[in-house]
Amino acid sequence: MNTEYIGIIFMYLATVALAIPLGKYIAKVFNGEKTWLDFMAPLERMIYKFSGIDPNREMNWKQHLKALLTINCLWLFYAFFCLLFQGRLPLNPDHNPNQTPDLAFNTALSFLTNTNLQDYSGESGATYYTQLFVFMFLHFVSAATGIAAMMVVFKAMRDKITDKLGNFWDYLVKSITRLLLPLSFVVAVILAFNGTPTSFKGKDTVITLQGDTTHVSRGPAAAMIAIKQTGTNGGGWFGVNSAHPFENPNYATNIVENISIILISISLVFALGYYLNKKKLAWVIFGVMTTGFLIMVFPSIHAEVNGNPAIAHLGISQPGGSMEGKEVRFGPAASAYWGITTTVTSNGSVNAMHDSMMPISGLAQMFDMMINAFYGGVGVGYLNFYIFIIIAVFISGLMVGRTPEFMGRKIEAREMKIASLIALLHPFLILVGTALATYVLVHFPNAAWATKPSAWLNNPGFHGFSEMLYQVTSSSANNGSGYAGLTANNIFWNVSTGFVIFIGRFLPIIGPVAIAGILANKKFVPESAGTLKTDTATFGIMIFAVIIIVAALSFFPALTLGPIAEHFSIK
Amino acid sequence: MKTYIAPALKLSLILIVILSGLYPLAIAAIGKFTPGHGDGETVTYKGRVVGYANIGQKFTKDQYFWSRPSAANYQADAGAGSNKGPSNPDYIKDVKARIDTFLKHNPDIKREEIPAELVTASGSGLDPNLSPAGARVQVARIAKIRNIPAEQVVKIIDDHTENPLFGLFGPPKVNVLKLNVALDELKR
Repeated sequence: MNTEYIGIIFMYLATVALAIPLGKYIAKVFNGEKTWLDFMAPLERMIYKFSGIDPNREMNWKQHLKALLTINCLWLFYAFFCLLFQGRLPLNPDHNPNQTPDLAFNTALSFLTNTNLQDYSGESGATYYTQLFVFMFLHFVSAATGIAAMMVVFKAMRDKITDKLGNFWDYLVKSITRLLLPLSFVVAVILAFNGTPTSFKGKDTVITLQGDTTHVSRGPAAAMIAIKQTGTNGGGWFGVNSAHPFENPNYATNIVENISIILISISLVFALGYYLNKKKLAWVIFGVMTTGFLIMVFPSIHAEVNGNPAIAHLGISQPGGSMEGKEVRFGPAASAYWGITTTVTSNGSVNAMHDSMMPISGLAQMFDMMINAFYGGVGVGYLNFYIFIIIAVFISGLMVGRTPEFMGRKIEAREMKIASLIALLHPFLILVGTALATYVLVHFPNAAWATKPSAWLNNPGFHGFSEMLYQVTSSSANNGSGYAGLTANNIFWNVSTGFVIFIGRFLPIIGPVAIAGILANKKFVPESAGTLKTDTATFGIMIFAVIIIVAALSFFPALTLGPIAEHFSIK
Repeated sequence: MKTYIAPALKLSLILIVILSGLYPLAIAAIGKFTPGHGDGETVTYKGRVVGYANIGQKFTKDQYFWSRPSAANYQADAGAGSNKGPSNPDYIKDVKARIDTFLKHNPDIKREEIPAELVTASGSGLDPNLSPAGARVQVARIAKIRNIPAEQVVKIIDDHTENPLFGLFGPPKVNVLKLNVALDELKR
């Protein structure tokens, strides 16, 4: 058991140790300073030349959003039509069929928004073409979209009175060429040498030692798995994601993949410190995020390692903890740790089935996604956190009787309205979405859909409610993990979560960018004795309190009906 | 909007070529130099490929080490977990039935010696491993049916135990397929 604890402590420390220099590097890249990856510059020039882009043309915040929404719109249509006709497109060695319109709608939105909720299984529901040319492409560009939006906010926070917030295309391309692609390349090579397939050969048929016939799905998976982790995407090649022994063959790959899940998200916090030259502020943000993260990690690991009391009552031993839905090569501690890292970061890949985890783990995982800002998804995690900062500045300003200011700009009614709306959007989507699903389940149990509502749930009672709550939460948080027992490939879930995913992605990008853009145009007020200091531990506690009050408390009643009730009823 | 469509289209096109074309091809080329040549590493017995080292397979016969229960019946083109919640009464019944089956086939074993992994389904449904303890509780049955000394079976387990990474990280484990190949090789 000791080696399991050492394994996760190592994973976390290694992540932070890598994140600090990586953050510095990211700040350098977007500052236009020299870095050792400057050999990518000719490739970037070629991309700009081909696309007719002038990377030095400055954009204001509205132009940034127009560019972002235009290109995302294109990707959505491209993805949707590829999925609708994937059966006839090339690279389909396993002869998998087209996706149905509602499934294609859900899947396209899901990958476009960095969510990667998968209502299909990769082995039978996608082709090598759609895996590589739709999913993996969107893995890269959706992560880059998040980083680009975040860079707009960074620049708006730094430069005094400005409409010049850099070039969106430049941010997008550099996020890929300088960060996501090189990092994914390294991870993919490590995975390949540990047994993850890379070739384009289709299924293999094997007669096993005992004499059974089995078909083994393969494919060029290593490349995709690398970016799915580094870009906090989470949508895997195979249906069971990183629990699959090809996606995650051993403990070494588990370490590499799990570090990749949170690495960029953490390093972006440090990037903020270097980019704004406000390292103390970065440490305050990191401190708040880490506190939230640790509060979730410990109970989950404790619950999984201690095992399932209902199984203990059957009289067998649980030396390896609760093992339903888990793999022997990872064990309960690393599975619980992954479960928390993947939900705090909006990654959503899994190395064990969350549906079978203990209720305390489910509580922690859902809570992570409801906050969605403890590290958070690449780029967008910080955007969510930025909203909480604005609210915290405003509230503490009122409390101590000072004008609320952040980074030398007054925060006034207009910004506060946007921030409040965005902060309330997430609870609204989750609670209304879950309520709608519950209503349909109770009142239309026999509706004639691909799966009747009465057959949606894989588990009875409180856990069944958790399956629905988890699905909507994961959609709104753009996470993509699921309580996979829920039969979600039918028109109700495909369409409802499709809309939740879409709204839950783009409004929380538009809001912070707008606030930052508006603030950047305001008069700069130099710091004085009357300014509320934002880079102190006191302010960190204030942010934490705002997160708990605004986000957490709105979800408490729903969580009580699901994991909390299950925890107290399990025997 | 209009001014953004043309660059967006062209940028998407060239990024697709680089990210979805060149990048996976480069990884595939590097994959050729890996142990399984990028196709997945296989295990052979008497010159026949009997499976993939990393992909678990079904072992239910008494002369073999059993694999863990699988919600996918070890079909490696449709891996799946059971997704049963820990409080689900039907699930607890399933586990109970598996315990009874195990005790019937392993009469020398006491109930409290059975590790949970042998009666719970894995996340992938393709778990290739057991903990060393999960293999050891099966020694008596295998030794009896194969008519070989128990020490010989224990030795196979010890020889095939994969220790934690660098002796530090993660749980120890054994690969069930490799154990069973070693058992069959004893006969020769």
